[in-house]
Amino acid sequence: MRRWRYFGYRLAFALPVVFGILVLNFFLIQLAPGDAASVLAGESGAASPEYTAMLREKFGLDRPLLEQFWAYIGNALQFNLGYSFRNDSPVFELILARLGPTLLLMLTAFGAALTLGTALGVLAAVARNSWRDALISVVTLICYATPVFWLGLMLIVVFSVNLNWLPTSGFENIAEGYEGWERWVDIGRHLIMPGTALGLFYLALYTRVMRASMLEQTGMDYVTTARAKGQTERKIVFGHMLRNAFLPVLTMAGVQAGNLIGGSVVVETVFGWPGLGTLAFNALQSRDLNLLLGIFFISASLVVIINLVVELLTITLDPRIQA
Amino acid sequence: MSDVVLDIANLTIGLPPGADRAAAVQGMNLMLRAGEVTCLVGESGSGKSLAARAVLGLLPPRVGVTAGSIMFEGQDLTKATPAQLAKIRGARIGMIFQEPMTALNPLHSIGRQIEEVLSIHTSLDRRARREKVVALLADVHLPEPARIARSFPHQLSGGQRQRAMIAMALALDPKLLIADEPTTALDVTTQAQILHLIHELQRSHGTAVLFITHDFGVVADIADQVAVLQRGVLVEAGPRDAVLNDPQHAYTQALLAAVPRLVVPQRAPTEPGIVMLESIKARKEYRQRSLFGRGRSTVALDAVSVTLRRGETLGLVGESGSGKSTLARAMTRLLTIDSGDIVLDGDEITRIPQRLMRPHRQKIQMIFQDPYASLNPRQRIVDVIAEGPIIHGLPPAEAEARARELLGLVGLDPSAADRYPHEFSGGQRQRIGIARALALRPQVLVADEPVSALDVSVQAQVLALLADIKARLQLSLLFVTHDLRVALQICDRIAVMRHGAIVELADTADIYHSPQHPYTKALFAAVPGAAWLQKEAAHAPP
Repeated sequence: MRRWRYFGYRLAFALPVVFGILVLNFFLIQLAPGDAASVLAGESGAASPEYTAMLREKFGLDRPLLEQFWAYIGNALQFNLGYSFRNDSPVFELILARLGPTLLLMLTAFGAALTLGTALGVLAAVARNSWRDALISVVTLICYATPVFWLGLMLIVVFSVNLNWLPTSGFENIAEGYEGWERWVDIGRHLIMPGTALGLFYLALYTRVMRASMLEQTGMDYVTTARAKGQTERKIVFGHMLRNAFLPVLTMAGVQAGNLIGGSVVVETVFGWPGLGTLAFNALQSRDLNLLLGIFFISASLVVIINLVVELLTITLDPRIQA
Repeated sequence: MSDVVLDIANLTIGLPPGADRAAAVQGMNLMLRAGEVTCLVGESGSGKSLAARAVLGLLPPRVGVTAGSIMFEGQDLTKATPAQLAKIRGARIGMIFQEPMTALNPLHSIGRQIEEVLSIHTSLDRRARREKVVALLADVHLPEPARIARSFPHQLSGGQRQRAMIAMALALDPKLLIADEPTTALDVTTQAQILHLIHELQRSHGTAVLFITHDFGVVADIADQVAVLQRGVLVEAGPRDAVLNDPQHAYTQALLAAVPRLVVPQRAPTEPGIVMLESIKARKEYRQRSLFGRGRSTVALDAVSVTLRRGETLGLVGESGSGKSTLARAMTRLLTIDSGDIVLDGDEITRIPQRLMRPHRQKIQMIFQDPYASLNPRQRIVDVIAEGPIIHGLPPAEAEARARELLGLVGLDPSAADRYPHEFSGGQRQRIGIARALALRPQVLVADEPVSALDVSVQAQVLALLADIKARLQLSLLFVTHDLRVALQICDRIAVMRHGAIVELADTADIYHSPQHPYTKALFAAVPGAAWLQKEAAHAPP
């Protein structure tokens, strides 16, 4: 019960953060030169002062700032994030269409990096100073140092161009008209390379942190206690040390969720993945301010949500955290 | 003989190259009998803990048994395979540790951790295991055993945790229990209860106990047999009364002589001088802030009034959480109280800002408990001591000269000045800490558990040094300690604290001869080896 109260406490802290993002968003729009009416008038090609004034009245841009602000907040709470004139479509609809692929890519990369990184870290710590430990250390160091865009291009060169094993880009092969299970397999095949490119850096990071964390636990008294009970080494590692050692890794992973979204911009562009990253990249190039701010709001909210999930996981794993 | 449970013969434990000696334990012989408690006594670094861990094959990496045998139930444990050892650990030999908080997995419930022993070594089903866990917790006299089983370690007190550890170690009725300083981290009244519990269970089950301790008071309370270890060599072993009352080896004699007696030593009464430091109705409350509803609050100081006169030593005695350290910190303005006043040498310093506090700081200096953590490892000793005077405007050359002079005063060689803290032992570091406190020529010294981290022989020396310096420099000393024995040795007056309040404040002799408050009486009764210490004191030459 107290855990849920603590979670509620955290949730209560998250709401002002989201509100703060909205406020920031609104004033960023105000800071931009001109307003939506002049942009819209310019787009339409007939920018007579009467037309612009009419647009201002229609969109409520002639009303006081505070009134506009509350209208903006009200709209945002109804997921109305404005209109993208470049794409001739509401911002929220554009984002919604791209959110799925991005979430799929991010969560796959994140989940794989976390599980594999943890596993490799444990393996390295258990076999400390052996050839396995050395091998894992060298490989993680290389992964750690490789730039994401270069890795992406090399993956395409090797696995698509030379070996012809995997598709070069895109989300799925629409021309084949796959359905049901086959369609998911197809998406999976498209997912492998961008997921690897995005996740490898984090995999290396989590491996290193997990290894250090495990080695720290090795010297703890409760490990000796478990040994004095007659517990096997294997069960000591998996039953006792793993969870204790995983907590710092989880905390760090939560903090880094934001970086993962940033990284997906590069990866999605390299692999032509139809996600928020490519959308943001295009919006940036075409100076589509409304769309960019909408993406900003959604991805910031995403970071807040991921942090809440990590928080929930942490309090489930660690009984010491209570309100 | 048939009742021999454990036979350690010629045991040698080698240390890795580069250690201060070749072997942690050298040619040790020890025999443990069923139903007997054998205390293995020694100072820090004597190898007593390693000897105990060797029995279960729990030596740290790069440390190993190099010679000798440990016979248990017809098997040499030094030659047992990991699988054979795993069968014995927990089932035939149980073990409890010094710090019950870290010895328990913080993420598993108490019940789960005890159940683990049962699922490793027995074929009981889950329900039977659960029932057995509750029964075991009841056996160690824990209230509401079913609730304790569901609790996590952080939700229990230190004494409750140690009881749970004991329940775990004795779950399968082992032939041998190894207890590695099991009461050192506990408060004195809790320690007395835990010792009593171990004794009771051990007698009723006929368990042999190997009890590691540094405290002869504990030995007097619980031991049947005593073995004394000096730098890895067993120098004396025998029945308790023989060793305690008629020690043969010079080292044992020296150790016993250093144990602070439970008696007020003869000394010249201190002239009551003017009031140097005073706390008037000091109150400090810690509130837990919460978004929903009011937070819980803890009263650390509950309107405490106390005075410290020139040339006097006032002891603040209490268990953990009694507020004794909080009071010391409040009186030195290391923390700010909520209400009340602190008066230093006639000046009210309760709420003056830190900047204006600086001239007052010179008058009042602190000595800390941990001589390892309280010295900057990257600073030379002379810099450690001279830093304070330089901050207060003394020219560096003069401050260094004063530092070197002070090293002589605290009994260290002047050559120590140019060395670094890690080159010194705990006792020497505490001397450095005293020299640092004296460098500002304070009028009041506040010592927070200054000898608690030290071995008993070193403890006596540091106490003597403190008393000597205090008398020579006409200082006032506020002495915080959990140990009544130590307080009796050095204090003129003693204030006994509990739950943030002073329950009794009197001259040392009065509080010793006729304690008024029930809590003071309980504290005296709980001092380990109280009966033995009093008898010793009566026999000792005046």
